[in-house]
Amino acid sequence: MNQNYVVPAVALVVLATVLVGAFGLRISRTTSDFYVASRTVGPRLNAAAISGEYLSAASFLGIAGLVLVQGPDMLWYPVGYTAGYLVLLLFVAAPLRRSGAYTLPDFAEARLASHPVRRLAGAFVVGVGWLYLLPQLQGAGLTLTVLTGAPDPLGGIIVAVVVVATVAAGGMRSITFVQAFQYWLKLTALLVPALFLVLAWQGDGAPRGAFAEPPAFRDHRVVRIDESLDLKLSRRLDVTATGAVDGRRYTEQRVDLAPGVHHVERGTRLAFGKGDRVPVADGGDNSDMSTSPESGSEERPLYATYGLILATFLGTMGLPHVVVRFYTSPHGVAARRTTVAVLALIGAFYLLPPVYGALGRLYAPELTLTGDADAAVLLLPDRMIGGIGGDLLGALVAGGAFAAFLSTASGLTMAVAGVLTQDVLPSRGVRHFRLGTLLAMAVPLAASVLVGGLPVADAVGLAFAVSASSFCPLLVLGIWWRRLTPPGAAAGMLVGGGSAFVAVTATMAAYPGTGTLHALLAWPALWSVPLGFLTMVLVSLATPGRVPAETDAILARFHLPEELRAEVKA
Amino acid sequence: MSGFLAGLCVAVLPLLAAGFWLGRRTARPESLGGLGTPVEHATFQTLHTASLAAPPLRAGLTEETARKSARRLRTLLGTDALCLTDREAVLAWDGAGEHHRDEVLGRLVGPLEIGRGEAFRLRCDEPDCPLRWAVVAPLTVDDRVHGALVACAPRESAVLVRAAAEVARWVSVQLELADLDQSRTRLIEAEIKALRAQISPHFIFNSLAVIASFVRTDPERARELLLEFADFIRYSFRSRGDFTTLADELHAIDHYLALVRARFGDRLSVTLQIAPEVLPVALPFLCLQPLVENAVKHGLEGTADKRHISITAQDTGAEALVVIEDDGAGMDPELLRRILAGEISPSGGIGLSNVDDRLRQVYGDDHGLVIETAVGAGMKITARLPKYQPGVHSAGRFPRQ
Repeated sequence: MNQNYVVPAVALVVLATVLVGAFGLRISRTTSDFYVASRTVGPRLNAAAISGEYLSAASFLGIAGLVLVQGPDMLWYPVGYTAGYLVLLLFVAAPLRRSGAYTLPDFAEARLASHPVRRLAGAFVVGVGWLYLLPQLQGAGLTLTVLTGAPDPLGGIIVAVVVVATVAAGGMRSITFVQAFQYWLKLTALLVPALFLVLAWQGDGAPRGAFAEPPAFRDHRVVRIDESLDLKLSRRLDVTATGAVDGRRYTEQRVDLAPGVHHVERGTRLAFGKGDRVPVADGGDNSDMSTSPESGSEERPLYATYGLILATFLGTMGLPHVVVRFYTSPHGVAARRTTVAVLALIGAFYLLPPVYGALGRLYAPELTLTGDADAAVLLLPDRMIGGIGGDLLGALVAGGAFAAFLSTASGLTMAVAGVLTQDVLPSRGVRHFRLGTLLAMAVPLAASVLVGGLPVADAVGLAFAVSASSFCPLLVLGIWWRRLTPPGAAAGMLVGGGSAFVAVTATMAAYPGTGTLHALLAWPALWSVPLGFLTMVLVSLATPGRVPAETDAILARFHLPEELRAEVKA
Repeated sequence: MSGFLAGLCVAVLPLLAAGFWLGRRTARPESLGGLGTPVEHATFQTLHTASLAAPPLRAGLTEETARKSARRLRTLLGTDALCLTDREAVLAWDGAGEHHRDEVLGRLVGPLEIGRGEAFRLRCDEPDCPLRWAVVAPLTVDDRVHGALVACAPRESAVLVRAAAEVARWVSVQLELADLDQSRTRLIEAEIKALRAQISPHFIFNSLAVIASFVRTDPERARELLLEFADFIRYSFRSRGDFTTLADELHAIDHYLALVRARFGDRLSVTLQIAPEVLPVALPFLCLQPLVENAVKHGLEGTADKRHISITAQDTGAEALVVIEDDGAGMDPELLRRILAGEISPSGGIGLSNVDDRLRQVYGDDHGLVIETAVGAGMKITARLPKYQPGVHSAGRFPRQ
C-alpha cells in the first residue's frame, strides 16, 4: 500500500473536521437575515448528523471483516444496526424529545424526579460510552498499522488527541454540520471505491461463489503469519513454507500437510497455490489475548444470532451520543421525521460493507489467517485494482475510516464528558468540562493499549448489549408504563445493565474461553434484557407507594403533541 | 496476561465505586460509645433521633411524611404505638394495636376542637392487646390545630403525658417551619410572576411615536411597524407558562429590533450568530430581550455615534451560551455591582437586575448574568442556559416553518 496517498488523505480528513467544526457556518448575519440565522435544524440535516455520528469503525470496517471471516450469517449486524432506529422511532423518539431531556440522566430525572436514579443512569452512560470508544480507538490503530506500518497504538492516540483537543477547546461549535459532513464523506468513501471494485469484479468475469465454504484462493498468494496459530485442515494441503510449521523449519520448501491441526509459528510465510482452500485458523498459543465472541457463535450459532439481534435492536436507543442529537429537533414530530430519515440514510450506507465482505472472501481470503480481517475494506482497492487508481481509492477509504473514528469518538467523548462534568466532578464550568473530556478519553485509550484486539464489530456489540439491558427498560417503561418507580428503575438498571456489564468485562478479559458459559457471557443481551425488564417491573410493583406524584402530568407531556399541550395548560 | 489483568481492573473499578458510594450513603454519625456519661449519652441519642424525624416533617403533614416520621417519634417516646392524625383521618399508625384507629379518631373530636391534650382509657376486647391508655397531644400551627399526636401505652403515666406534649410541641415547630417553606416558595413564584414581562413603558411611547412619524410619509412602513409592534406586545403579554424557547425569544428580539431600527435608522447595526442546536432550549420568558434593550439604551441614547450590537448563541454541550455585546458607553463596574446587589435603585436599569434575579431563581446561583464592562468600553453580557433543568419546560408554541 502506498503511504504517499494515505497519510495526506488522513491528514486532510482530520484538518477538514477541525476546520468545519471551528468555522463551519459561523457566518455573522445582520438582522435582515434573521429568519436564516435562527432557522432550526431540519430533519434531513439532523438525520445526516445522527448517521454521521452513529456510523462508527464497526460499521465502516468491522462488518466487512466479519462477513469475510464468517460469511452471510454476519449480515445480521447491518440489519440490527439499522433496525435499532425502527424501535427508536416507534417507541422512544417523539416522547423522548418532548420530555425536554438532553441526556439520558436528564430523562431519568425528568421522569422519576429522583437524584440517585439520575446518578446511576450517568454511571451507565459513562460505562457504555467507554465500551463504545474502545473499539473506535482500536480500529484507528489497526487502520494506521495496516496502511503505513505504524506501531499499533499510534492511530488510537492520534484520534484521541484530535478529539480531546477539538472538544476541550470548544472547537465543535457547529457539531451538526461536522457530523453531517462526516456522513456524506463516509458514504462517498465507501460508495466510490465499491463502484470501481464491482466494475473490476465484472471485468474479472464476475466470479461467483463468494460464500462457498470454505473460501478458496483465486491465484497464487504468499501469506505472512503475524501471530502463531493452529491451522485446521479438512483435506490435504500443499504449501510452500518459509519458517516453522509443526516445530520443523523450512526455507522455500514444499510441505505436504495432512488433514488435522498444524501449528504455525509467527513470522512464517506460506505460499498457497491457485484453487487451494483457505484453512481455518485457531487462536493457537496466544491464549492470554482476548478470545473473540466468535468462538461462542461457532458453538451456539442460533443463540449468538438472537443475542446479537436483541442487543442491536434495543441497544440503539440507549447510545448516549445518539440520544443527545434528538434534542436538536424542535419538537416531537420533527424527532420522528428525523428518525425516518436516519433509517433511509444508514440503510443506504449498510448496503455497502457486505459488498466489501463478499469481495474480500473472493480476493483476500488470507485475511482470515492473519487476524486482520477488519482491514479488508482498506486492502481491497489495492488488491483488486492496483496501480495509482488502487492507491487513490485506498486513500479515499482510509480517509473515510478516519472520519468514522473521529465523528463517533467526538460524539461519545462529548456525551461522556458532559455526564462527568455534570454529575461526577465537583462543580460545573469550562475547566471542569475540559478535565471531563480528558478523563472521558484517557480511560478507553489506556484500555485499548492494554486489552487485546477484539474484532471491532464484536466489541461494539458488547456496548450495545449493556445499553440494551440498562437504558432500553428505563426508556420503554419510563415512557409507556405509569407505575414505574425510582427504586424499580434503579434496581432494573443495576441488575440488567450491571449483569451485562460484568458479562462483557469477563468476555474482554477472556474468561472463560469456551463452552456454553462463554456463549452466555459473550452475547448477554438475550438473558440480561429480560432480566432488566423483569427486575424493573417487579421492584416497581413491590414499591407502589413510590410512584412519583406527578407521573400523570409527566406522561401527558411525553405523549401529547406540543400544540395540544399548550391548549391543555391554558 | 495483560489482557486479563486489564479486564479485571475494569471490572473491579465500578464495584469499588459502588461500594464507596453505598458506604457514604449509609454512613451514620459516629457512635458515641465511649463518650461522656450515660446521661450525656442518652441526651445525644435523643437529639439524634429527633434530628432524624425532622426532615420528613419539613415537607408538611401528609400520609407519606407522617409514615416516615412516626417510626422515629415512637422511638423518641418509647411507647408501644404512636399515631399521627390530621383533622379528618389517621395519617400513620406505627406499632401495635392498629384496630384502635377508629376508636382513637372518634375520641379526637374534643381535643382537636379545643386544642388541649387529654388522656383516656382504650376499650379493647382483645386480651393480648398491650394498649390500654392513649395520650392525645394536639399539633398546632399559628394557633390553629392541624392534627394530633396520639401515644398509646399499657398504663397511665404522667411522664408519658408530659413527654407526648413536648414531642407534639416539637413536631408543631417543624410543621411551622414547613409552613414557612411553603410561603417562601409561594413568594418566589409570585416574584417570578411579578418580574416577568416588564416591558418598559418608554419603549411603548417611543415605538408609537416612531410609527406615528411614518403614518403620513410612508404608510406601508407604518403598517409593517404596527404589525411588528403587535407581535411583540402579543408575545410580551401572553399568559401561558413561565418559559419559552430560545427560538421564540429571538423572534421577539427581532420584532423589538425592527421597531428600534425604525427609530435610530442606520446608526444601529446588529449581527447575529446563532448555533441552530440551541434554538429549542427552554428559558424564562422575556429574559434576553431586556438585555438587548439595555444594550440599545446604553449604546444609542444620548449620543449621535453609530453603534454595533452582536448577539451570539453557542452550543457548549449541556448548556447554551448566549452573549450580548455592544460597543456603547459602558458603565462603572462598581455602580453596576451595586445595582445588581439591589443597594441602589437604578435609573431605568431594572432590566439587568430583574433578569439576573430570575435566572438565579430558576437555574441556581451559579447561573446569574456575567457582565464585563468599563466606562467607555461597551458592555458584554453572558448568560448560561442549561439545556435541561427540572421543571423548566417551554409552553409549546412552535412556529410552523
